[in-house]
Amino acid sequence: MPRVVEASDRAFLAVFDDAATTAAGRDVRRLFDWLSRDRPAGLVDLHPAYATLLITYDPLRCDPAGLASEIERRAGKVGDRPARETRAFTIPVRYGGLGGPDLEEVSRATGLSVPEVVAAHCGAEYEVAFIGFTPGFPYLSGLPEQLHTSRRGTPRTSVPAGSVAIAGGQAGIYPVRSPGGWNVIGRTELVLFDTEGDGGATLSPGDRVRFEPMRGSA
Amino acid sequence: MSELIVEAPGFLTTVQDLGRPGHAASGVSASGAADPIALTVGNRLVGNDPGAAALEMTMIGGAFRPTADAVVALTGAETGARADRGPVLPWCAISVRAGETITCSALRAGARSYLCIRGGIQVPLLLGSASTHLLTGLGGLSGRALREGDRLPIGAIAPRSPLEYPVDPSAIPSYGLSGPFRLTPGPQGSWFDERARRTLYESDWRVTESCDRMGIRLAGEPVRAMASRELTTEGVPLGAIQVPPAGSPIVLFVEHQTTGGYPKIANVISADLPRLGGLRPRDTIAFQAVSRSQAHALLRAQKEALDAILA
Repeated sequence: MPRVVEASDRAFLAVFDDAATTAAGRDVRRLFDWLSRDRPAGLVDLHPAYATLLITYDPLRCDPAGLASEIERRAGKVGDRPARETRAFTIPVRYGGLGGPDLEEVSRATGLSVPEVVAAHCGAEYEVAFIGFTPGFPYLSGLPEQLHTSRRGTPRTSVPAGSVAIAGGQAGIYPVRSPGGWNVIGRTELVLFDTEGDGGATLSPGDRVRFEPMRGSA
Repeated sequence: MSELIVEAPGFLTTVQDLGRPGHAASGVSASGAADPIALTVGNRLVGNDPGAAALEMTMIGGAFRPTADAVVALTGAETGARADRGPVLPWCAISVRAGETITCSALRAGARSYLCIRGGIQVPLLLGSASTHLLTGLGGLSGRALREGDRLPIGAIAPRSPLEYPVDPSAIPSYGLSGPFRLTPGPQGSWFDERARRTLYESDWRVTESCDRMGIRLAGEPVRAMASRELTTEGVPLGAIQVPPAGSPIVLFVEHQTTGGYPKIANVISADLPRLGGLRPRDTIAFQAVSRSQAHALLRAQKEALDAILA
């Protein structure tokens, strides 16, 4: 059963599970969509993650206890909600070289050759669990177990935009420049966060992603 | 269009407004003024909308020169500001002549000051806001701190007349004299035992050099969770107090990353978030536990006091 806990004096956290499970991820997305479409009074922001949804509200524009009850009510009924439409993306990547400074290290750590690392990364179908951390950054589930590595001992203060990276059991892409501790194995030119006009993330939770190597890759 | 010319940028000056809340699901934290109350009052003084874009100065102020006659207001911590004709009174609307330079100096107390100008600073908006997000180089003036020679366009109109009188001194916060920061429990509060909670609430905490718009790292007695458990990455609120394994708490601030994997023992109350903007390295602070309803009562009182100034 999902529970709703107080995260701050202006935020609740709906918790579906303590771990990242497929069922929890699906329920989080459904609650996120439901609250986005039919917004309770005082709602300011929503942040889906692996198994939780952070709900930020304006305490001066609603009754917080009433909002918590409403969230709990809906969280219990997400099973009846429609699944969202998802899209498929193929992300072209230039592996290794200056854009993929950690590819050799990943090869060493996993015991796979560089071409085998690239093949394993491209061979999987990933799902966007959620967008978070920095603008447009997708947390991708589905990284093959043979590619699981630890994060860098010392994070980089600046990871270039477009960096394709892995760490632990996760895969991701840095759409904008930011600090980061993941292993950068390649670079994509695909725009994943629109900084002009309205702005916004290209990918959405539930979208399916594949990577493909560009000519000139390692 | 008239412009504000940057003659000296100061230590760290950026274009800020009230931020871009509502986009956490895209990984975008709200950014905006570290002390939104000072910015809002400054804007009211010059007759702007509350959220018009202004300059946020940090630790050492800069020097600025408008190309046309202007009305400005300096709020936040005292900057020892001077114009060509003498000292500039803070928390008050001031007329500045075209070509007259306003020079701000080192802040003796507090950490941030605001220069609001009638018409507002005009930069391209990102997700509806002019705020700068330094960490990712987005928003504001090309996503960066101001440099000598920068020219900032100033809007031609403002919705109201400037205030004719300065803000009542009793309404001005005393930067540098910080009472305790009030906290409500965080989502992983139950991960911490009574001993950890006592450490949090009974210690003095020193603000370290790692103090910026992303977060404020504190030094003191280590705070440890009862067991070393992995937290599945989740969304984090502004003002969350994260406790990494080493035990030095970090208070998440306006440019915080939207998700985190460290347990959160408590969260700074909404009414005290603007005061976080006044902290500088080597400050000593303390925490006090309050209930959610007390936190809301404090927020309501703060809003009423602010509405009285903005009327």
